[in-house]
Amino acid sequence: MKSLDDLKKIRDKAQAKVTMRGKNDGIRVLVGMATCGISAGARPVMNRFVEEISKRDLEGVTVTPVGCIGECAIEPIVEILQGEQRTTYCRVTEEAVDRIITEHIQGGKPVQDYVIGKYRL
Amino acid sequence: MIERAHVLICSGSMCVSRGAKSLRDEFEEHLTRLGIREEIKLVNTGCVGLCEQGPFVIVYPEGVFYALVKNKDIKTICEEHLYKGRIVEKLVFDETINENKEITAFDEIKFYAKQTRVALRNCGLINPDDIEEYIARDGYRGLGKCLLEMTPMEVIDEMLASGLRGRGGGGFPTGLKWKFAHNNESDQKFMICNADEGDPGAFMDRALLEGDPHSILEGLMIGGYAIGANKGYIYVRIEYPSAIEKLKIAIAQAKEVGLLGENIFGSGFDFDIEIRLGAGAFVCGEETALIASIEGQRGMSRNKPPFPAAKGLWGKPTIINNVETLANIPAIIFQGAEWFSAIGTERSKGTKVFSLGGNIKNAGLVEVPMGTTLREVIYEIGGGIPKNKQLKAVQTGGPSGGAIPESLMDLKIEYETLIEAGSMMGSGGMVVIDEDNCMVDICRFYLEFTVEESCGKCTPCREGTKKMLEMLEIISSGEGTLEDIDTLENLAKMVKNSSLCGLGQAAPNPILSMLDKFRPEFESHVVEKVCPGGVCKPLIHYEVLDNCIGCTQCAKNCPVDCISGSVKQLHHIDTSACIKCGVCKNICPVDAIITV
Amino acid sequence: MKNVNITINGIETQVPENYTVMKAAEELGIDIPRLCFLKGINETSACRLCVVDVKEMRGLKNSCTLAVQEGMNVVTDTPEIQDSIVQNLQLLASNHVFECWACEREHNCELLTLMRKYNVENIYGENKHFDKKPRLINDSSDSIVLDSGKCILCGRCVTACEKQAGLGILAFNSRGNETYVGPALMHGMEDSGCIYCGKCIQACPVAAIKEKSNIDDVLDALRDKSKKVIVAAAPSVRVTLGEEFGSDIGENVEGKMYKSFEVVGFDEIMDTNFTADLTILEEGTEFINRIKNGGVLPLFTSCSPGWINYIEQYEPQFLPNLSSAKSPQQMAGVLAKHYYAEKIGYKKEDIVFVSVMPCIAKKHEAGRPEMESDGVRDVDFVLTTREYARLLKRKNIDFMNLEDGTKFGEIVKYSGAAPIFGATGGVMEAALRTVSEILEEHSTPIEFKEVRGLEGVKEATYTVAGMQINVAAVHGGISIKEFFKKLKRAKKQYHFVEFMACTGGCINGGGQPIHPAKIQDNVDIRTLRSDSLYAIDAGKEQRKSHLNPVITKIYEEWLEEPGSHKAHELLHTTYTPKKFYK
Repeated sequence: MKSLDDLKKIRDKAQAKVTMRGKNDGIRVLVGMATCGISAGARPVMNRFVEEISKRDLEGVTVTPVGCIGECAIEPIVEILQGEQRTTYCRVTEEAVDRIITEHIQGGKPVQDYVIGKYRL
Repeated sequence: MIERAHVLICSGSMCVSRGAKSLRDEFEEHLTRLGIREEIKLVNTGCVGLCEQGPFVIVYPEGVFYALVKNKDIKTICEEHLYKGRIVEKLVFDETINENKEITAFDEIKFYAKQTRVALRNCGLINPDDIEEYIARDGYRGLGKCLLEMTPMEVIDEMLASGLRGRGGGGFPTGLKWKFAHNNESDQKFMICNADEGDPGAFMDRALLEGDPHSILEGLMIGGYAIGANKGYIYVRIEYPSAIEKLKIAIAQAKEVGLLGENIFGSGFDFDIEIRLGAGAFVCGEETALIASIEGQRGMSRNKPPFPAAKGLWGKPTIINNVETLANIPAIIFQGAEWFSAIGTERSKGTKVFSLGGNIKNAGLVEVPMGTTLREVIYEIGGGIPKNKQLKAVQTGGPSGGAIPESLMDLKIEYETLIEAGSMMGSGGMVVIDEDNCMVDICRFYLEFTVEESCGKCTPCREGTKKMLEMLEIISSGEGTLEDIDTLENLAKMVKNSSLCGLGQAAPNPILSMLDKFRPEFESHVVEKVCPGGVCKPLIHYEVLDNCIGCTQCAKNCPVDCISGSVKQLHHIDTSACIKCGVCKNICPVDAIITV
Repeated sequence: MKNVNITINGIETQVPENYTVMKAAEELGIDIPRLCFLKGINETSACRLCVVDVKEMRGLKNSCTLAVQEGMNVVTDTPEIQDSIVQNLQLLASNHVFECWACEREHNCELLTLMRKYNVENIYGENKHFDKKPRLINDSSDSIVLDSGKCILCGRCVTACEKQAGLGILAFNSRGNETYVGPALMHGMEDSGCIYCGKCIQACPVAAIKEKSNIDDVLDALRDKSKKVIVAAAPSVRVTLGEEFGSDIGENVEGKMYKSFEVVGFDEIMDTNFTADLTILEEGTEFINRIKNGGVLPLFTSCSPGWINYIEQYEPQFLPNLSSAKSPQQMAGVLAKHYYAEKIGYKKEDIVFVSVMPCIAKKHEAGRPEMESDGVRDVDFVLTTREYARLLKRKNIDFMNLEDGTKFGEIVKYSGAAPIFGATGGVMEAALRTVSEILEEHSTPIEFKEVRGLEGVKEATYTVAGMQINVAAVHGGISIKEFFKKLKRAKKQYHFVEFMACTGGCINGGGQPIHPAKIQDNVDIRTLRSDSLYAIDAGKEQRKSHLNPVITKIYEEWLEEPGSHKAHELLHTTYTPKKFYK
């Protein structure tokens, strides 16, 4: 350890290990993983989120499986929580995952094509 | 694939003793079976303080706190929560469920609402065996700041400005102590961490050593830089094998990355740390006896002056700091003295870790800002007294402290206020005493400890504590007189004034404090021959009340066969043969046996 | 050295800044009680009796090690302090076995003195509700006894063994109120590595350590009509025996000593001083032989049994250097039984030889298996100076008022070289007087002052008959250790070295009268006593051993010549390495 920079490098690398714990101010991705979700194919969707977020090195984004969200007919369901804001996506596919990450998580604009409102008919 | 969930399993000694070690194996087995092992990070972490609820498992990012977890519960947690995402409500700590029946994150529960975790900032949040996790949470940034941006005097000034006082019991301003050592010229100086936590029931230091060992190393190094020492010793009691292990790992890891050894941060500052083990002597927590022990001598206290800051280990200027004191230091340096001194009161800055025990619902470790009242700690954090019993007193400071009666519960916790109330801060033991306890018996318990642990060097402590113990036994047996109480008090005062070291000087404190606040209880033992708390065996007997249903359970289980009675008939205890073991009382299904 | 201004009990005074509060108070004549303090040896502040009240210092402070500071305000006699002293004495008394009438230290016990002074009531010791600590008596050795029933755990013996004997045999075992003083694991003293120098006994304020008693053995022998009891006293005894009866320190009471032997009822009175001269003849001859015939050099003296215990246990590879001559005590016994008995018409088996010594190691020496000839022991019983004084007291003999007596018999005349055996350097000086004269074949100087004094290792070089003789006189365990270090790496060839186990020599032996710590701290007891011995020497007409006419007679009549076969049989011995527990 020759300088504060050396220390910072280790710190930055290790951040990923610990940010998930303690108070969470970042973006939370909740993937419905009840029996309905799993049978609708939610696992690959969740895995895709985890892979992409890791590949794109996004800080402060966590992915969690949750229980039944309720709208079983339109699974897989993904909810994005950001502070007070909650956006619910349904019939999410792996391609949808990429768009949600790029446009909503990174871009800040929800992807209207998959938002639940569209399906409430 | 990075992990999407962190599962933290407590590996502090308390939880391990309740079976926490095997939990990890269970997780491994089930997660692998479910095929999600790679997605979940399993972390062995330190103590979060809710010891009554251990072993615990915390799942992030939600922050769900599973309490009293057994091996068989892991299967459920893995399948339901980690695989399907459904939180297992029946295993969750009941206080995390709020009024709306929602499960909240564990740090939002009432237990932590009034706590400020400074010393315990990393405990329960990191894997203590991984230096990178410590660094990720700003570890060693304080040291870096010192070595590269501050002079030793500036570090000392920062400590003085923070107002940090010794957390081992002395309450001496840390910055001032460092200043003395700094100003004493010598070819060699030493830093010592006093990890010989000996107060019965105290485990604050153990939790810190097991949960965040790097904070101690960093604190020692900052101190070393400030006073001009290049060698540090950590004197750990041998009864803490897990802490010793964790320290060894931490030291090895720090050496590996160059945060211990030569030319740290390229600043030209060298520091080396060695672990020394105790051998079962409470007195070696006293600084001069500790020094004698490290020197290879018999652990007996020495005269002060000279003080260790002038002449300590091998005659060189030495600073001995308590574990909790050291744990605070990196945070103070990194976040600034102003931040720290804003917490607490005018005379007592910062926080204090207490090991809350006795008759209290949430027994465990709590860290509160100085100035918090005893009432807040006991009722709002501690959850109050089980079975709705009356609070009688709170004992602080272990065998060196005294009892604070119920009438003083709104006392703000500070070094001075506790002394004014006849007790002391001590290292942080806080024992809640309810109405079913006897103050004479409690004194006896503490004196038994002191008599065993006295080093034997000086007359008042060696002989005086034994006599005080014997007098308490006489009083509690009902054979004492009022005169005996006076003799006891006089002896206690003399031992306090004349003893060579802190052990003897503080040994009479429980007696003096209890005599001051609870004298009628003592007098009741010798005048009426009654033990108001219903504890002292020679003065109590058990009686069977009318609501006895004649189930014969008491008679069957009595180890001396002194209970007579037939089925469905009122039973009777032969008091002359009774040994007061209390088995019948505990076993009675209708609480028909009472203490008289 | 700067001075500081302090106030004690309202009296303002100025003292050097390196003074302790206790010393400053003493100089003002203010008495502060103490039990554990022994200057330069035990300064641990364990007893807590010397506490004083210092303004602005919390609690009571021990004055024994507290350094004075400018403006200090000390009070030594508040009611609180009085109460503290009394209570601590009560605590010490609680485990003490009081048998003062039968106790060896009844007349100078430091605890009893304080109990009397403060009129202390034994509230715990007499109360059945309080446990008494189990008494452990360690008496398996033949010379020394440890009695925990009297011990007040002051630690003086522990540090005395460490700092004066340099051995650290005694330590605290266990902890708290279960502490006992003794060798590690409470082993017996006989193979603990102890050399029986008795520095611990000299340091003890009470009777917790003492010699194994032989008083009753001697009284029994005196009552036995079939035995002839012969007594001989060591050089040092005659200048210290009086101290047990209140004389000045070092006062020469030789006449009274002889008279007391007579009054007690000894049948014959000899004098170890005579055999000191005899030892010089034997050892001096041995030395000359080794010089002339290339024997093992340096020659080590062998009259100090504590020293013999040391070399056998700690430096056995140097045993060949030891002189084979027995000590004066043993030679006196041999003379009494094998030469003198016949002359007074007694069988040697009917002689009981009693030796009065300043030493406890002499008891062990007398009991050595090799110290006998023809089935009779050389010496039967050894009494220390203290034991002999106690015997006199038991017989109600008013020692200080005795008229001077004389020795009986012929073989008692001694030269001036004999009494100085009791001081460190004395044996060397006595030997040099004889050896130099024999080698030079003409009269040589009497005094060799370079080997006198209290320095731990004294060295000198003398030219004798054209040869350069390097000598040294070493005393005390610490100096012995130091000297051996020097010897092992020395370029210098030593020829003759005198060793004594006790600092100062026999006058400071383990069997000598004990003075309270205060006196030990302030009075140079050793110099006072040894000066007395040198005065006896200076007052003698004949000051060289080989010129003692009675010595010449002994050789003519009986031993033929120094180093003869007969002399070797009776007056010489052998040594063996001894192990002690590790």
